[in-house]
Amino acid sequence: MATTAVATPAARTRAPTRKAAAPSNQNRAGWLFATPFLFVYVAFMIGPVLIGLVMSLFNTATVKSGLGEWVGFSNYSDVLTSSDFWKSMWHSTLFTVLTTPILVLLPLLFAVLTSRIRHGRTFFRLAFFAPYVVPSAAVALIFAWMYAPEIGLLSKVFGWFGLTAPNFLGSTSGGWFAVVLLTVWWTFGFNFILYTAALQEIPEEIYEAAEIDGATPWQQIRMVTVPLLGPTISLVFILQLLASLKVFDQIYLLLQGGPNYTTRPVIEYIYDTGFTSYRGGYAAAATMVYFVTLVLISVAWLVWRRRPSAAENG
Amino acid sequence: MTTTLVDDRVATKVPTQRPPRTETTSGAKIFNRLAATCMILFALIWLVPFAWALITSFRPDNEITANPTKPWSNHWTFHAYTSVWNAIPIRWWYLNSLIISTLSVIFTVFFCSMVGFALAHLRFRGKGPIMALVIAGLMLPMEALILPQFTEFRELHLLGTYWALVLPNIAAPLAVFVFASFFRGVPVALIEAARLDGASWWRIYSRICMPLCRPAISAVAILTFVTSWNAFLWPLLVLSQTKTQTIPVGLSSLQGGSAIQFAEVMAASVLGIIPLLAVFLIFQRQIQQGVANTGIK
Repeated sequence: MATTAVATPAARTRAPTRKAAAPSNQNRAGWLFATPFLFVYVAFMIGPVLIGLVMSLFNTATVKSGLGEWVGFSNYSDVLTSSDFWKSMWHSTLFTVLTTPILVLLPLLFAVLTSRIRHGRTFFRLAFFAPYVVPSAAVALIFAWMYAPEIGLLSKVFGWFGLTAPNFLGSTSGGWFAVVLLTVWWTFGFNFILYTAALQEIPEEIYEAAEIDGATPWQQIRMVTVPLLGPTISLVFILQLLASLKVFDQIYLLLQGGPNYTTRPVIEYIYDTGFTSYRGGYAAAATMVYFVTLVLISVAWLVWRRRPSAAENG
Repeated sequence: MTTTLVDDRVATKVPTQRPPRTETTSGAKIFNRLAATCMILFALIWLVPFAWALITSFRPDNEITANPTKPWSNHWTFHAYTSVWNAIPIRWWYLNSLIISTLSVIFTVFFCSMVGFALAHLRFRGKGPIMALVIAGLMLPMEALILPQFTEFRELHLLGTYWALVLPNIAAPLAVFVFASFFRGVPVALIEAARLDGASWWRIYSRICMPLCRPAISAVAILTFVTSWNAFLWPLLVLSQTKTQTIPVGLSSLQGGSAIQFAEVMAASVLGIIPLLAVFLIFQRQIQQGVANTGIK
């Protein structure tokens, strides 16, 4: 309060002189500060989008430089009628459908439960978050060893419960199971930390009040915690959705998209057509279709989120 | 406001509701015990892959073949580590990863904080469009654009260089966002005062705003380091020679190798995990705050 009272008259008296001098001085400074980033941004974010757009209209070959011949939209019609492309789109979608619910809800449950434990919170955060800093290649090596048929730890664990382990790395359903389990273990911590941070913002008094009103712990979680976490849940959901749709590392490393391309995600399809078959123009068209899909999902979420929150918060 | 309201409630309700309250707390106690037990169990399960890799890496090969899932060894050995260290150029991978991640951090912090400062405290023509570009950038899935990106870097003759890996990392709209929101927290009065004392904008940025926003710097620095260290697909495409590879790309070449020497493969994985895990254990508070800061904004 005191600062504004002091600052306003000072600002007002200086206003006429500053209005004239400031803009040109700030204009120059502003652009000087922004230029390095803008240069990199335009060159390496906008650049690839435009290059992809142009390439998709030519029959570019990835091996040699130069665009090749103009083919108009025929790459797009090829992509959109290709069953392999749609299969890979479906695989990325399937992976998203399998992982998103688990990775949105399980970290929420774990974060809420650990927040009720007074001691050892650091231990939980360490245990759950540590996998997130492990490179995907190391994760894949470790899990490949645990999934090894007959001799792997997880194959044995199935045996302890009297079950036959699926063929983790050699069958489609076993492969999906293997990749989903790996992903849950690996990326769980990121969402867990987002929830934990949001939980710390909820004041202790609310719980005390709820407890005095006779709310059981489960009621407190359902009626107090989860509603207050609404915005965070929505954020984790969209971040997870986009991350899952962009899956590549795990599937490529563990299954190579196999067996027989039945788990190949879109990014690997683009990789295969662009870098193995060298069909640059075609792969660029696939890139643009995939790219636009992802952008549309982000925009849709943003629009959907803006409306109710604008109404609530004024 | 809410706190005082709640406090009133506490004051009025505590005397009348004593007996049921103790009852709920005992119920709550059981619930919390149960939650604690479950969570400890799951946390231990989460540590199993680490433990498993570590145990396997210290067991001799013949023992693993004879009894693959035994969690104990009668002859603990470092053999797998020495043979991996000599067989694969992991020293080079460490060095490459370190150089690439460090350069990415320096440039990202520098470039993104500068534009963040301009967006937070300077009034200049074109600020609106720049802000819009940054927000739009948050929604661009760059992982999808590897093919045109590859074409661009080939035309620039940057393939196989460190720059091919560093430059795309620097264009980080999220980092700009984090810096801008932290800089907005710096009181305008402080900046006005510095201006009156004749400080240049550069001086205000480097001597006032940056020192005040250390949490933002560490958040962006650590997250950039982790993501560039762990990047896989782009380095896989760009770096073709064994000695120029990074840790993740190098490790991936061991996947599905013909020789099934589990101890060696696990030793290599452990070596690949150690540097970042050490960084994580030292900076775990900052890393977690960093994730929280960047995620929630």
